Amino acid sequence: MRTIVFPASFEQLDAIREFVGQAARDAEMSETEICAVQMAVDEACSNIIEHAYHGRSGEIEVTSDFRDETLTIVLRDYGDSFDPRSVPQPDLTSDLEERQVGGLGIYLMRQLMDEVRYEQHAGAGNVLFLVKRRRRQP
Amino acid sequence: MEVTTQYFKHCALLTVTGRVDSYTAPKLSEAIEAVNKNNVFKIVLDLGELEYMSSAGFRALLVGQRTCRRYNRGEIVLARVPKKIYEAFELTGFTPLFKMFDDVTAAVGSF
Repeated sequence: MRTIVFPASFEQLDAIREFVGQAARDAEMSETEICAVQMAVDEACSNIIEHAYHGRSGEIEVTSDFRDETLTIVLRDYGDSFDPRSVPQPDLTSDLEERQVGGLGIYLMRQLMDEVRYEQHAGAGNVLFLVKRRRRQP
Repeated sequence: MEVTTQYFKHCALLTVTGRVDSYTAPKLSEAIEAVNKNNVFKIVLDLGELEYMSSAGFRALLVGQRTCRRYNRGEIVLARVPKKIYEAFELTGFTPLFKMFDDVTAAVGSF
């Protein structure tokens, strides 16, 4: 299990993707799985920076843990609570003019991971669990 | 992320390299808007050397596409979309919104 605390800034997304990408590589996940984890965590952290901290300074604690064929990334922040479940699923079939620009990140997160779980702890921040199971390599 | 812009007779070619995320997507939007300011709305985006694009990049493309298609004055088409980025496009239902070409010459020639 490894934890790094990153400043909550868009500038850090590269380093955050690198950290979770390495965790997925260490877990011997496939290239597709590594990309999925990186993208899902990027989307989650972008939301934290934008909707939990509203661009104010803060921290995102990123923990990776691989066990029982499952990689769990835990993101903890101390900003405003932001439950991804409160965001409606975007309409992915509407035409160009009607297409919504919001909600895509959360939708992607759910599609790319096996499980996305949000918990709010009084005084201990918001915690988002992003879970990806390693598929058996052929 | 880097964007380089070239103007052809009938369109502009924007070559996007590196990684597009919430940090760099505004730069992509600015590059598209700069071309629009020159009254050019037919744009080819060459994504062949693009390593990564998050939904922030998708949003930049969506907003750009809306501006370019308005009044039927043009559109953004994509060339050499890397496989893993194409897969994310598919997941978000973006593929019907952009014409895609396997090579840049064909994309530029489509205008």
